[in-house]
Amino acid sequence: MTDTPLLSVRDLHVAFTLRREGDWPWTPPRKLHAVNGVSFDLAEGEVLGIVGESGCGKSTLARALIQMVPATGQAIWQGKTDLLSLSRHAMLKYRADIQMVFQDPLASLNPRMTVGEIIAEPLRTHHPELGADEVKLRVKALMDRVGLLPNQINRYPHEFSGGQCQRIGIARALVVGPKLVICDEPVSALDVSIQAQVINLLMELQRDLGLTLIFIAHDLSVVKHISNRVMVLYLGRMMEMAAGRALYAAPQHPYTQALLSAVPIPDPVRERGKVVIPLAGDLPSPLAPPSGCVFRTRCARAQAICAELAPQPAAGDHLVACHFPGPATVAAEARAPG
Amino acid sequence: MLIENTKMKSLADRLAGDEVKGRSLWADARKRFFKNKAAVGGLIVLLLVLAFAVFGSSIARYSNETLDFSIMGQIAEKGGPSLSNGHYFGTDDLGRDLFARTVQGTQISLAVGIVGSAIAVLVGTFYGAFAGYVGGRTDNVMMRTVDILMAIPYMFVLILLLVVFGRSIIMLFMGIGLISWLDMSRIVRGQTLSLKHKEFIEAAEATGVSRLTIIRRHIVPNLLGVVAVYATLLVPLMILTESFISFLGLGVQEPLTSWGALISEGSRTINYGTLWQLAFPLFFFIITLFAFFFVGDGLRDALDPKDR
Repeated sequence: MTDTPLLSVRDLHVAFTLRREGDWPWTPPRKLHAVNGVSFDLAEGEVLGIVGESGCGKSTLARALIQMVPATGQAIWQGKTDLLSLSRHAMLKYRADIQMVFQDPLASLNPRMTVGEIIAEPLRTHHPELGADEVKLRVKALMDRVGLLPNQINRYPHEFSGGQCQRIGIARALVVGPKLVICDEPVSALDVSIQAQVINLLMELQRDLGLTLIFIAHDLSVVKHISNRVMVLYLGRMMEMAAGRALYAAPQHPYTQALLSAVPIPDPVRERGKVVIPLAGDLPSPLAPPSGCVFRTRCARAQAICAELAPQPAAGDHLVACHFPGPATVAAEARAPG
Repeated sequence: MLIENTKMKSLADRLAGDEVKGRSLWADARKRFFKNKAAVGGLIVLLLVLAFAVFGSSIARYSNETLDFSIMGQIAEKGGPSLSNGHYFGTDDLGRDLFARTVQGTQISLAVGIVGSAIAVLVGTFYGAFAGYVGGRTDNVMMRTVDILMAIPYMFVLILLLVVFGRSIIMLFMGIGLISWLDMSRIVRGQTLSLKHKEFIEAAEATGVSRLTIIRRHIVPNLLGVVAVYATLLVPLMILTESFISFLGLGVQEPLTSWGALISEGSRTINYGTLWQLAFPLFFFIITLFAFFFVGDGLRDALDPKDR
């Protein structure tokens, strides 16, 4: 294992141009910055959790990495290739290394194909030289590995439950032996009991196969369970990124603190005594984000400088994009003089 | 302990056992289709009509070209349907055997319907799926072309084609083929647009499957339900179009004939008491159209259970 990170993302921007119905052709289209200057390094074998509210750019960030949405910036793969600058054709080679698990288990499987065909598709795309028997053998082995009965290879997706469908999705992602698997809210559509099974399966596979995972979720407790490091996104910007334990034990950013305080504790006594930090107001429109720090409109610590200057995270292991970082108690003090 | 052992053994058996056969959506649809009595009835009628077209000429006692001179001139009296003289459906105005003529007309009309709708299925499906999937400017250009072609009064163009290039069956096929795929491509494009953003398409894109393969492997199979329904409803429309043109006297040329041409001839002699000349072709025409519509309806219900 080397020191070069598997994937090194620098200043990633994704902007969508929006044209309203009825606009004149010469009206300049509006820009929606879905992801705004996100940077991170991903070491081999690491699990990076990405959390944030709906519409904060989590999924867009993931899709930008595999060129599913146009993005600017850099995403250096193994210290050599910038994935974002590759042509459609040149990118093909790397698609086997980066696979994706999707949110809706049933919708991500073609209803007209059998499970065997679905799982084999990446294999047939990237290794067309393999014979039918070899493909079938590998598919069956993988089905067994993810907890599906290999003799159900000829069944169709609608004959499986949600959890099983997600296992099929995971098998499809793993069949070509990828290095990085991007899980886009893989358990959000599942029951809680099934969630645990799928997450445990993912963790087990990650450990055994030495996978690197980007795990996207809006559920902090799910992310806590699986991630080494966690990144908190808000309106397309990184708010805080730290090792999972540090982030959960001592969140420095007021937004992270608010998010964490909203996580229910499965213990009624402690749950009652918990201090919830409510967030004022709604998520601002990503079409017109606030100036300076995007979180300032809902932040208890906001001061004049927050409106002028976007905070830059200082280098280190625990990155916080805030002018007044600190534990939650400091927040109360900061509010008092202002 | 014993129970555990049997459990383990049965599990091992299942693992090593034969592959379970899955039930595809097509199999489901087939089951639903065969439960629909009207649709199955329609299908049986269609098969009978098809058998009539294929084997009819070997049953007929006369060829469709020979004139029966013993009857000629006394069609109204002697030319009626009769088992004894072998003219099962009677004869036409010139003394030709109407049974053989109807067989021939059925062949031509079914061929026109099936070829027309086959062109629609092939061209329309790929045109529409491509336009819808690629999207953007390509989609715009392709669909505006369809709009422009649709704006042309096709019956007028078809008649012009037949007048200018002469009345031939090839010209008729071409003319009908030219117009039949337009509606199909629109329908397919609409369906493709709704399919395009499904996650399984995204999954295929993320894996790096090429565009054409995505269209072929993921989009077209999911469209086939709609296409099948529309194609079965299109066949009778094609037959109607051809019949209308033949009725106007511009369709197939003698000695070939079609249902439309036979109906047209029959309607001209209706005053002379030769009602069978109209009745037999019309009967086949009507039952075939009904059968196609029933089958189409049945297919729609079977392939799209959500709509019920």
